[in-house]
Amino acid sequence: MTSRTVAAGRSPASAALRRFRSHPAAVVSVVFIVLVVLAAIFARPLSGHDPNAIDLLQARTGPSGDHLLGTDSTGRDVLSRLLFAGRISLGVGLASAAIAVVLGTLLGSVAGLLGGWVDGLVMRLADVFMSFPSLVVIVVVSGILGPSVLTMVIAIGLFQWPVCGRIVRGVTLSLREQEFVLASRATGAGPLWLMRKHIIPAALPPVSVVATLAVAQAIALEATLSFLGLGVQPPAASWGNMLTDAQSLTVIRSEPWLWLSPGIAVALTVLAVNFIGDGLRDAVDPRSAS
Amino acid sequence: MSAGRLSIGDPSATESVDKGPLLRIDGLSVEFRTSDGVVRAVTDVSLSVDAGEIVAVVGESGSGKTATAMSVLRLLPDTATVEADAISFRGADLRALSARELRKIRGGPVGMIFQDPMTALNPVMTVGAQVAEAVLLHQNRPDKRAAWDRAVELLRLVGVPDPAQRVRQYPHEFSGGMRQRAMIAMAIANNPDLIIADEPTTALDVTIQAQVLALLKKAQAETGAATILITHDLGVVAELADRVVVMYAGRVVETAGVGEIFAAPRHPYTKGLLASLPRMDVDVDQLDPIPGNPPNMADPPAGCAFHPRCPLARDRCVTERPALVEIGPGRTSACHFHDELAVTP
Repeated sequence: MTSRTVAAGRSPASAALRRFRSHPAAVVSVVFIVLVVLAAIFARPLSGHDPNAIDLLQARTGPSGDHLLGTDSTGRDVLSRLLFAGRISLGVGLASAAIAVVLGTLLGSVAGLLGGWVDGLVMRLADVFMSFPSLVVIVVVSGILGPSVLTMVIAIGLFQWPVCGRIVRGVTLSLREQEFVLASRATGAGPLWLMRKHIIPAALPPVSVVATLAVAQAIALEATLSFLGLGVQPPAASWGNMLTDAQSLTVIRSEPWLWLSPGIAVALTVLAVNFIGDGLRDAVDPRSAS
Repeated sequence: MSAGRLSIGDPSATESVDKGPLLRIDGLSVEFRTSDGVVRAVTDVSLSVDAGEIVAVVGESGSGKTATAMSVLRLLPDTATVEADAISFRGADLRALSARELRKIRGGPVGMIFQDPMTALNPVMTVGAQVAEAVLLHQNRPDKRAAWDRAVELLRLVGVPDPAQRVRQYPHEFSGGMRQRAMIAMAIANNPDLIIADEPTTALDVTIQAQVLALLKKAQAETGAATILITHDLGVVAELADRVVVMYAGRVVETAGVGEIFAAPRHPYTKGLLASLPRMDVDVDQLDPIPGNPPNMADPPAGCAFHPRCPLARDRCVTERPALVEIGPGRTSACHFHDELAVTP
């Protein structure tokens, strides 16, 4: 009997990891995102400049030895701003995705588990949120409450929970009919216990996919809002408000370093996060070929 | 009758055995709302289980035996409507309990074993975690480590080899028999007074069935728990049961001690069940199956539900449903002509 040692490689999680690793784009993307995160964390030593230090004599200089990515219209170091902006952009992406996932998981599992009018109420609420054009509503809300990072995070999170909520509800509904859930109830499990031990763990794989995609969407949405001047407010840097500088044609034509780097940062980050999402989707789906 | 109980060494347990039965179900009816209309799965079923006793509930698929058992712990789906004059456990009315109080009963003093161990275990949780779950849910102060140790001990108790290793394995790494052992471990985790076993051997290979039956017998003897054994397998009945309740079309048609059922059945359905069973001791050329099919419960036959298949059926059976009457000490039968069966065995 002892010949059959407990193989850690047999757990569902390790099988998923194996499938994820066979996805080259996703693996490269993970490496890239890790580098971006590290760069954001070590923004200070990496750039060697204060992101908010104004030096009007050095305004709009091109890339040079001192300023690797040049300086902006008030002479601030673009590389430094880019790295510090990464903190905010990634932070907003993660925080609003977290709000969406937590809200979606809770509401979705409660709706699926309790059914009846609770289910109806939660799902109609989801419909309402999904039927609003989120960008317009967030613009209006930011206009009323005044633009701030917190408002933006909450607003993005609120508009993204229905996707997650529907998935969790679907998982819950199919699990509810499983005999092991009945068996768990027969040993005395209540709704909270079922949620914690059986439903949320089972919903985690699809939710992790949705969560990654939500992060990507939130980063893009943050960039959009900040670009419009409704998100992160200067002097704090975000990739979106760095792009604001590129609103004039002359800048686009003659000073490409001002908009190329934040533009590329947003595009690559969102792309990488989406690749990770794709990789996760295949990894957590046992039917996908490995 | 409760020798097993004494061995637990719990003085209060022996004291609390009052005159009443451990479990009493009176006048139970269960209806399901389906797309075909309301289906009456169980009608006016009464049954009682004394402490330490093994009662077998026997019947074909759809005879209402599972619905009867599930209604005790209120585990039927929302589409079911349960009515009863009484469902009492240790003298307390289970229907009056709140959801929270009922959860204390489930898996505590009443353990449950499911038919199919392939689906009754969560495939993405380790077996140990699931056995420990049964323990954790009934600890006043949940202690994960203690629950885990208890899970190992329980698996050893039910004969899972190398339990300290196997607690960390997933259900797919367990064979069917081993999984059913794990299910039994979950059912007996909190020293129940009553075990409800819903076809515990049906989904298993024949070679494994005997082992699991022996284990059930051992678990029952060690915990002294009364058992409701739901089965359609008369071999299992002969092996384990003290008393037998035969159900047909949602009603009880005969109750008797296990010896009496096999020696002298007093309902033609029971007799038919026995005749369709291969026997080692009697040389028969051909088995005698019961003709026809179980009735459609959305539209059961008038009169005696068994009359379309009954060799004794007469005009009276078509119009008048026989009541369940007492025909001897601890024996009942719901047949107009049970006397005839008594003289012609």
